Amino acid sequence: MIEVLYFAWVRERIGLARETVETGAATPAALVAELAAREPRYAAAFADTSALRVALDQKLASFDAPLAGVREIAFFPPMTGG
Amino acid sequence: MRVQVQAASFDPAAEIAGFAKGRRDIGAEVSFIGRVRDDSGHLLALEIEHYPGMTEAAISAMAQEAVTRWQLLECLVLHRYGRLAPGEPIMMVATAARHRAEAFAAAEFLMDYLKSRAPFWKKEITQRGGDWVAAKASDEDALTRW
Repeated sequence: MIEVLYFAWVRERIGLARETVETGAATPAALVAELAAREPRYAAAFADTSALRVALDQKLASFDAPLAGVREIAFFPPMTGG
Repeated sequence: MRVQVQAASFDPAAEIAGFAKGRRDIGAEVSFIGRVRDDSGHLLALEIEHYPGMTEAAISAMAQEAVTRWQLLECLVLHRYGRLAPGEPIMMVATAARHRAEAFAAAEFLMDYLKSRAPFWKKEITQRGGDWVAAKASDEDALTRW
């Protein structure tokens, strides 16, 4: 079980801010593949992961980082603060 | 060091007045205020989304790095989220050091990092709807100088 959060246009395309997902995915990339296979709205949000960033337990990570022990994963577009 | 993430507006003049007040070891203070800019003349508002928890943690880590690297004597980062009108202040950074070179460099470092490493996303609201502001490659490139 992992808590999945979506922000900005990723949240809008999927239509959800967060959800709990039952998964055995070993990496964010594997989780993305699982989610994208679910429904077109997920496939649309994850069509180009090079346009996305991922955070594991609130720290920026890469799409091939290990998911073991991670409680919270977030997907979002590149940040535009400041 | 103070990091504050809030929806409410703030008074930049009051923040500057209170910053590093009463200290006798500070020779240089730099402050930067970012505001909502309306380039098109049609901007109704800017909506800023953030990632509660990660935002504070990411900014605190940057501020701590700036304090260590430039031996800052005081450091303030204030950033808003929610719906902001054109002209309103979005954020401010203030740094204080013994000399100006350190205060300027630390403020620029914090601005560069806030742009592309703090989890905020801006959406421009106009009469015809909302558009997410795209990140610029130049913002990412700016990090390489640090």
